[in-house]
Amino acid sequence: MNVLEVSGLTVGLPAGGDRRHAVRDVAFGVGRGEIVCLVGESGSGKSVIAQGVMGLLPRALPLAAGSIRLNGEELVGMPAETLREHRATRMSMIFQEPMTALNPVMTCGEQIDEVVRFHARLSAIQRKRRILDIIREVALPDPERIVASYPHQLSGGQRQRIMIAMALVLEPALLIADEPTTALDVTTQAQILSLILALQKKHGTGVLFITHDFGVVAEIAHRVAVLRLGELVELGARDEVLRAPRNDYTKMLIASVPAIHPKPRPAARPAGGEAPPVLQTRKLTKTYRSGGWLGARREVRAAVDVDLELRRGQTLGIVGESGSGKSTVARCIVRLVDPSAGEIRLDGVDIARARARALRPMRRKVQIVFQDPYRSLNPRRTVGEAILEGPRNYGVPADEALERAKKLLELVRMDASALGRYPHQFSGGQRQRICIARALAMEPELLIADEAVSALDVSVQAQVLALLEEIRSRLNLAMLFITHDLRVAAQVCDHVAVMQRGRVVEYGEAEEVFLRPRHEYTRALFEAAPGRGFAFGTT
Amino acid sequence: MRIGASVLALMVLIAIAAPWLGTVDPSLFDAGSRDLLPGASGEITTLEGETLRHTFLMGSDSYGRDIYSRVLYGTRVSLVVGVATALLALAAGIVCGLVAGYLRWLDGILMRFMDGVMAIPAILIAIALVALWRGSLATVVVAIAVPEIPRVTRLVRSLVLSIREEPYVEAAIALGTPTRKILFGHILPNCMAPLIVQGTFTCAFAILVEAVLSFLGVGLPPDIPTWGNIMAEGRAQFVSFPHNVFFPGVFLAVTVLAVNILGDGLRDTLDPKMAKRV
Repeated sequence: MNVLEVSGLTVGLPAGGDRRHAVRDVAFGVGRGEIVCLVGESGSGKSVIAQGVMGLLPRALPLAAGSIRLNGEELVGMPAETLREHRATRMSMIFQEPMTALNPVMTCGEQIDEVVRFHARLSAIQRKRRILDIIREVALPDPERIVASYPHQLSGGQRQRIMIAMALVLEPALLIADEPTTALDVTTQAQILSLILALQKKHGTGVLFITHDFGVVAEIAHRVAVLRLGELVELGARDEVLRAPRNDYTKMLIASVPAIHPKPRPAARPAGGEAPPVLQTRKLTKTYRSGGWLGARREVRAAVDVDLELRRGQTLGIVGESGSGKSTVARCIVRLVDPSAGEIRLDGVDIARARARALRPMRRKVQIVFQDPYRSLNPRRTVGEAILEGPRNYGVPADEALERAKKLLELVRMDASALGRYPHQFSGGQRQRICIARALAMEPELLIADEAVSALDVSVQAQVLALLEEIRSRLNLAMLFITHDLRVAAQVCDHVAVMQRGRVVEYGEAEEVFLRPRHEYTRALFEAAPGRGFAFGTT
Repeated sequence: MRIGASVLALMVLIAIAAPWLGTVDPSLFDAGSRDLLPGASGEITTLEGETLRHTFLMGSDSYGRDIYSRVLYGTRVSLVVGVATALLALAAGIVCGLVAGYLRWLDGILMRFMDGVMAIPAILIAIALVALWRGSLATVVVAIAVPEIPRVTRLVRSLVLSIREEPYVEAAIALGTPTRKILFGHILPNCMAPLIVQGTFTCAFAILVEAVLSFLGVGLPPDIPTWGNIMAEGRAQFVSFPHNVFFPGVFLAVTVLAVNILGDGLRDTLDPKMAKRV
């Protein structure tokens, strides 16, 4: 008998949505000791299914039809009281963001204890032993100290381990994991994934694992269910679905996953040498100082002695985990923050310490596209105003700027009618195109993409990457591409700089770095990249 | 919110149409019609010396002036003071808040000064300022607005501090947009919703403070009919003729209540987070 058996699950959407049902007629099962991955792009209804199983659907999303059986017992229509007793004892859930899923004013021990106290009749001593056991099991060091610490005293990976400990402390038959590693760095993600695998194997837990990342799927899934707009389009064993997908949508998704091995670069690209570099940084350093006066002085060295060089027509990737200083470098080059030391040469002119007036003509040459398409555009200004803003700042006549904006929208495959509309009327991918058009309106020589495709769904990501690539070669731009995603970097970069704790630890041609990494950190990054055994994107 | 808005609309109508609502010149008095009860009829002498029959809907005061006319004309003063004060406090607070939030080096100095102003009770500052100048509409408005400025400044500053970190502001910097345009074109429009709400509360507060100042005799000169002045004059004989204080008091309370209801309603409609919760 399956641990979880979902059939005919249909959940409604409030009127006025883009479709009538959040999920429609979804059926799948999770066996004992099995990991089933629910994959889909944003808005496909993955999380709604998880909420439905846990009985946590918001009131706006009513369960319209279907049956959910846990160990053969029907959950639909079960009294709230009984359902609550089932949670944590028979099924439990972990979430994407462990910082917000944990209560910041309770110690981790108290939070795990709360679960145990409400659901199991155990003495205080037994509970304490149980908690220490589970903390040891999720491989947290120094359990006594962890029990007494508050969530903010732990790292993101440790917090997610606490969440897992909390979910598994009562040995439920079913664990629902809703994007549990999405907010984590790739090396931490690899550890958490192997932890979930190990615990699940040991306890025979059935796992419903929700993710958008096919790399993660390749890493842990036994079976895969692919969702599209609330409907299950494909369900099968992992190797079947990933290697020989039958459904067109699945095929498209899998083809969109960038390969982790760099494409052979066309030889026609200028290898550099003759042309002077567009961008050159020498010993670029940024140190953040805080405190002082009354508090203790703290120094954070966000970037240390960063040397980079970038020529026209080339793409330089900066890869690293969060906090490695890659965005700091970008922000220094755009002079959104002032570097503490070193040089930033744009076309040979050092702008590291240039004052506002001297900086102004240089601003045209460097443009940046940010990560979050929803916050990169002023919600109260039309797309036209956004694209025209830059050229108008530099005295381009209104009608000429408008002509340029129309051409640019065409270049990024958008309709000219977009000019009069507001950002909220567009999807994430479309907004990112608008941001690219806005940057290009300045006719820059250097385009910086700061995690510009990281927030996008994989199919949209592939389109925007292709667009960036096309623009770079057509306009002969230099591009500085910042990403945490090795797969994406492999696709677009000619050169790659790997950053760790503010320093560039490896720097070289993409093929060299990807195929023959020399630094141990680079190697660790590749080791951790999920699903590297699967040749995605080659079909 | 609809109730608040319609009551306010009614008040505005009353203020505009005061001369045509069966009123007489609010400064007219008649020794023969002193201390009339509401609804009583009596005589009143115009400036030209004519004597008219007049029904004193809200009675008359100890000089024989028509309280109904005075209250209605007082609506004008109160609304003007409320709106003008709110606009003035908002304008000054927006400028200070934008500067403090965006130009970090000025922040410390400016905000410590604002903290200083906030440490003194608003009404005391207002009294001191009116005493310093002379009681007139403009000085009263300025005097009430000054202690409100730090509140608006704080609000604007906190909004600016969060909005300036938004990528679209950074993008504007990268596009070479001058600081002035970033402040007024990108940051300010995105702070407007909470500011409008703050404005309505300032407006209600200003109407109250104006009445208090007039009541204490440090506001507008006593010959100008304001709700506070009418109540101040009625205070002496409150026990025998409560209508002198009652009618302006009701108008004051209803108006302030209406503005506050409107403000609360605006906050709910303008704040997307609140709307979702409903």
